[in-house]
Amino acid sequence: MARSPRPELTHPLASMPDTAPMIDIRNVTKRFGAFTAVADISLQIQTGEFLTLLGPSGCGKTTLLRMLSGFETPDVGSIHIAGEEVTHLAPYRRNVNQVFQSYALFPHMSVRDNIGFGLRMQKVSDVETRQRVAEVIDLVALGGFEDRMPHQLSGGQRQRVALARAIVPRPAVLLLDEPLSALDAKLRHQMQIELKRLQKRLAMTFVFVTHDQEEALTMSDRIAVFNKGRLEQFGTATEIYHQPRTAFVADFIGEANLLDAELLSRHGTTGLIRLDGGLEVRVPLSAWPLDEPRAILSVRPEKVCISAAPIEGAENSFEATITEEIFQGAIDRLKVRTEAGTVFTAVVANESAMMRPFHEGDRVWCGLHFDDLIVVRANATPAT
Amino acid sequence: MKLSPIAKRPLLPTGLRLLNWSLGAWTALVFLFLYLPIAVLVFYSFNTSKLNVVWEGFTFKWYAALAENTPLLGALKNSLIIATIATILSVLIGTVGAWLLHRYRYRFARSIQTLVCIPMIMPEIVMGISLLILFTVSQLELGFTTVILAHVTFCFPFVLVAVQARLHGLDPALEEAALDLGATPLKAFLLVIMPCLLPAVISGGLMAFTLSLDEYIITVFTNGLESRTLPQEVFGLARKGLNPMLNALSAVFIVTTVAFVIFSEYLRRLAAR
Repeated sequence: MARSPRPELTHPLASMPDTAPMIDIRNVTKRFGAFTAVADISLQIQTGEFLTLLGPSGCGKTTLLRMLSGFETPDVGSIHIAGEEVTHLAPYRRNVNQVFQSYALFPHMSVRDNIGFGLRMQKVSDVETRQRVAEVIDLVALGGFEDRMPHQLSGGQRQRVALARAIVPRPAVLLLDEPLSALDAKLRHQMQIELKRLQKRLAMTFVFVTHDQEEALTMSDRIAVFNKGRLEQFGTATEIYHQPRTAFVADFIGEANLLDAELLSRHGTTGLIRLDGGLEVRVPLSAWPLDEPRAILSVRPEKVCISAAPIEGAENSFEATITEEIFQGAIDRLKVRTEAGTVFTAVVANESAMMRPFHEGDRVWCGLHFDDLIVVRANATPAT
Repeated sequence: MKLSPIAKRPLLPTGLRLLNWSLGAWTALVFLFLYLPIAVLVFYSFNTSKLNVVWEGFTFKWYAALAENTPLLGALKNSLIIATIATILSVLIGTVGAWLLHRYRYRFARSIQTLVCIPMIMPEIVMGISLLILFTVSQLELGFTTVILAHVTFCFPFVLVAVQARLHGLDPALEEAALDLGATPLKAFLLVIMPCLLPAVISGGLMAFTLSLDEYIITVFTNGLESRTLPQEVFGLARKGLNPMLNALSAVFIVTTVAFVIFSEYLRRLAAR
């Protein structure tokens, strides 16, 4: 008698959507003594995504990364990688590899042996190991250096060896702990582009830890901003930059004029607010948090428009005096003070010889466009 | 602290000629004081006269006598056996101990550290007596076992301290990188940590070997008759009066030691590469 096939409703994968995250961090908390390094973090990372954990030192980003690699275990919560629970799994049983900040190349092994170490541990055959090592050496452009020892390499080359060593076992996730921080500025920029290109080519999930917001903006698909063990905001680079949800995010990513603001009155869709120092500006009420008399206005310095004449098309135009001018090559950084006493930092491009540059003591007009005004809650509750 | 390579260091300031000259002379004097007696000792080992003060003629006869002196050769064999086993045990205990103390957290870690180091500075006479009492109380017959135990007691801290110094300078991420790439903790230690520690293990082991070979006071207290060591035998001979054969013995010792040091230095450089 033929049995009719039954749908396997009890299979654990049956209930999972197609877009099951590669990494699923659920309510993870980690304490060191009285210090809470990571406080109740939940985060889903998609397959093939370049995700950056961004924040100042001591914000918990490295601790979270070390819980992904298995060097720390959460006190509370769980971590799943590729559908498998790994919360308490030893590092050497996890399908993730890490690029260390110090590179941690084995000093007594050649470039070739360093890169092949992971495959030897997996008992991959010699023939296959040789072939895969050769492929990855090609990929990171280290041809000709196979027999060098780590101390015979430059910083950039060591970085490539560390990268090659971590990707050759083909992990589900590559973890990168500030791998570019030891390189000089020029090489760092070059490596940022290369890393991003490599990640796309391998279609591998990258989790990148950095305190450098520019690095994060350049490379990431999404950024998770941390502060004091909490997740402040999680979103794409443009979201984080243009729509910061908290004063911390507005200040940490890019630069911002953060001014205490008080709502004076409402006129239709517009609200009149008074800033720290006394200047009154109009903001779209849609940006203002409901039922809050006070908030913080955040304006990027490059969005403060400076002109010799009154500015048309801006909802706010007011007169101010330049109190400080700092030449920074392509840009000038200005401090302007309004008559009411509110101080802004503004950045203007040193465009062309035809433009009259601004100088200390000049009387100028400042413009603030509605779309450039960001209002964040004064006592922001971190986003989840 | 790392010194810059010798070629990159500046010469002493040249303006102070007199000072440079007198410093050079003083250095020469110190070296003369250190090495002249040794040179004289080796020189007289080729002397036909039985007296160390008069030069009569050249001979190898004292070396021949040395090669035929069975008690002395037996003592040498004992010394080598004891030093080798004591060194192997010291290297094992010292290396593993240093790793465990470095890698994990303990209560009273500082006290343990101090206690481990005390045998290095403890007066030998005190150690000798206390070990003798210990062996007598535990009814161990004095012989190879007791001497080796005694030697390990004061030799292993030297290995431990040398390895610990090396561990301090080691990047903690090295072990993590090995684990991350799939090595078990044991494999990570054997394949990654151990090769990094090798120079320290070699120099610590060399120290232990030399100390064990050289030890007299503790050996006297803890040794039986069967396992008399070379220092004991030499001391016995010397009491009967100095003899050019002892000069010859010393010369052999010096040549062996220098060769030994050069070889271990070569090994160390090989490992450091």
